[in-house]
Amino acid sequence: MMVLTLARRELRSLFLSPLAWAILATVQFILSYLFMSQLQEFLLIQSKLASIENAPGVTELVIVPLYSSAAFIMMLVTPLLTMRLISEERRNRSLALLISAPISMTEIIIGKYLGMLGFAAIMIFMMTLMPLSLYIGGSIDAGLLFTIVLGISLLIASFMALGLYMSSLTAQPTIAAMSTFGMLIMLWIIDWAGGKADATASGLLEYLSMLRHFEAFSKGIFSSSDFIYYILFISLFLVLSIRRLDGDRLQR
Amino acid sequence: MNEKSMSNENLLTVKHLSRYYSALTAVNNISFHLQRGEVLGFLGPNGAGKSSTMQMITGNLAPSAGQINVCGLDLLDNSKKAKAHIGYLPEQPPLYRELSVNEYLRFCAQLNRIEKSKQQASVDRAKERCGLNEVGKRLINNLSKGYQQRVGIAQAIIHNPAIVVLDEPTVGLDPIQIRQIRTLIRELAQEHGVILSTHILPEVQMTCDRVQIINHGQLVYSDDISQLNQRMQSNSLILGLNNAPPESELNALHYIDGVEALGNNRFRLSHSAEHHPAEEIARIAAENNWALFELNPEQKTLEQVFVELTSGEVIHTENNEGAAA
Repeated sequence: MMVLTLARRELRSLFLSPLAWAILATVQFILSYLFMSQLQEFLLIQSKLASIENAPGVTELVIVPLYSSAAFIMMLVTPLLTMRLISEERRNRSLALLISAPISMTEIIIGKYLGMLGFAAIMIFMMTLMPLSLYIGGSIDAGLLFTIVLGISLLIASFMALGLYMSSLTAQPTIAAMSTFGMLIMLWIIDWAGGKADATASGLLEYLSMLRHFEAFSKGIFSSSDFIYYILFISLFLVLSIRRLDGDRLQR
Repeated sequence: MNEKSMSNENLLTVKHLSRYYSALTAVNNISFHLQRGEVLGFLGPNGAGKSSTMQMITGNLAPSAGQINVCGLDLLDNSKKAKAHIGYLPEQPPLYRELSVNEYLRFCAQLNRIEKSKQQASVDRAKERCGLNEVGKRLINNLSKGYQQRVGIAQAIIHNPAIVVLDEPTVGLDPIQIRQIRTLIRELAQEHGVILSTHILPEVQMTCDRVQIINHGQLVYSDDISQLNQRMQSNSLILGLNNAPPESELNALHYIDGVEALGNNRFRLSHSAEHHPAEEIARIAAENNWALFELNPEQKTLEQVFVELTSGEVIHTENNEGAAA
C-alpha cells in the first residue's frame, strides 16, 4: 500500500526530529500532573460523595477533566506537529520526489495524514494509560471512557486535517503553524459570539464550534450528528489539501 | 550512432508544448522527441525555459498547451503509468535529509512500486552505479554536495526508468565529481534515454548525442552534436608571437582577411572559411623567428552561438584569456 509507505516515512521523519519527542514528553508531563491533582482532590471528597445518591464517580470527576485539558493542550500542540507536513517539503523542494513518482496527489495527502494520525494514536494511547491505571484500584465507567476517547480522537484528527491544509498553503512552517493555531482558536470560541444574537445565527455558530461537539462526547453521549461533524470537517480539509497540492502544478 | 539505428524507439514525444505564467511565456510551442540510447542535451541560458520544460515532461508542472507522450502513454491522461517510466532529478535534489542514504533509497524504491523482493537489489544497484556504497549508512544531511547530488541521481534511476531527466546535474560539483557524473550519464544512455539540461557548453559536447538550444522559451536549434561543433568553429585564430612583425606583414599571409591586435603580443587573425592557415602560420613563424607561443583556432562561446542563432549576426569577444598562459 502506497499510502502506508508514505505514512510510515512521515512518522519516521517526525520521530527523527527532537520535536516529536519533546511534544510527547511535555504533554505527558502536564497531563499526568493534572491527573494526579484531580485524583487527589477526588480522594479528599470521596467520603462525602458516598453519602450522596447518584453522585458522580471517578470517571466524571477525574477522567473527563483530564481529556478536556488534553483537548485544550492538543489545540496548542497540533499546529507544531502539522506545520511541516507540506510546507517544509515545498521549501526543501523535495515535493518533486513525490509528484514525479507514480502516485496520485490523493495518495500523497492521505499518506501524510495517516502518518499524523499514527502520531495522534500514540499520544492518545499514552494519555489513556492513566485512566486505565485506575482499574488497579477500582472500577471506572468503561462506556464513558470509550466515548470520550473516541471524542478526543476525532477532535485531534480534525485539528490535524486543518493543520495539513494550512501547511499545504505555504512554504513557511511557522506561518502554517500560526494560521492553524488561529483557525483552531477561532473554531473553538466561535460560539461565544452567539447567545444574545438571533437564534439561527447563534445556532449556526454553535454548530461550527469544535468544542460544542466534543462536549457531547465527554458526557458519554455518542450522537451521530457530532460524529458526522468531525467526519465532514476532516474530509473537507483533506479534499482542500489535495486540490491545493494539485494547484501547484497548474499555477504558480 | 549504431545504438540509435539499433533501437529506433521513440521514448518521449513532445508536441507543441507551451507554458505561460500569467503574462510571461516561459515555454513557447516546443516539439521534440527522445530515443532509447541517446543523450539529449538541453542547452540554454538561465531563465530560458529549460527547467519549466523538464518539470512539464516529468509531470511536476501542467502545460498550458501541448502533448507529452511517454512510452506510448499520454502523461496528462494516464499520468500514474506514464510517470513510472520517468526518473527525474530536479535542479535541487529532492532529499529527505534526516534519513540515511539506504533508508532514503529504500523509500524511493517503494514509492516507485518496486516489488518488495526486488527492492534491496534495486537499492544496491543504484548505489553501485552512483558510487554510494561507502556512504549507505550515513545521514544525507551529513554528506557533501557532490554525494547529495549522486543520491539524487540514484533516486532517479532506482526503478530503471526508460527516460532519465537530469536538470543541471553537475552544478556545484568539483571537477573530479563532474567527470564521474558525465561518465555515469554516458553509461545510463546505454539502456535509457537521457535528457540533460545544462548551461555549460563543454558538458553537452562531452556527453550528448543531440542538442537542443532553447532561448526565451523557444527552440532555436536542434541537431546532432557534430553539427553544433561545426557551427562552433569560427573563422579566426588567436596567434601569440613574442617577437611580432608589423601587422601588415601578418595581413599579407595567405588566406588571412584581417588582423586585430589584442595586446600582450597576441593577435586575432580572421581567415576564409575554406582554408585553415594554422599550419602555414606555424611554419612561417618558425622560419622568421617570430617566437610563436600560441596558435589557437578560436571557438565561439555559447553566447555567441546564441546570438547568431537568434539574430544571425556574428560577434567577436576575447574568450581565450585562460589559454594565453
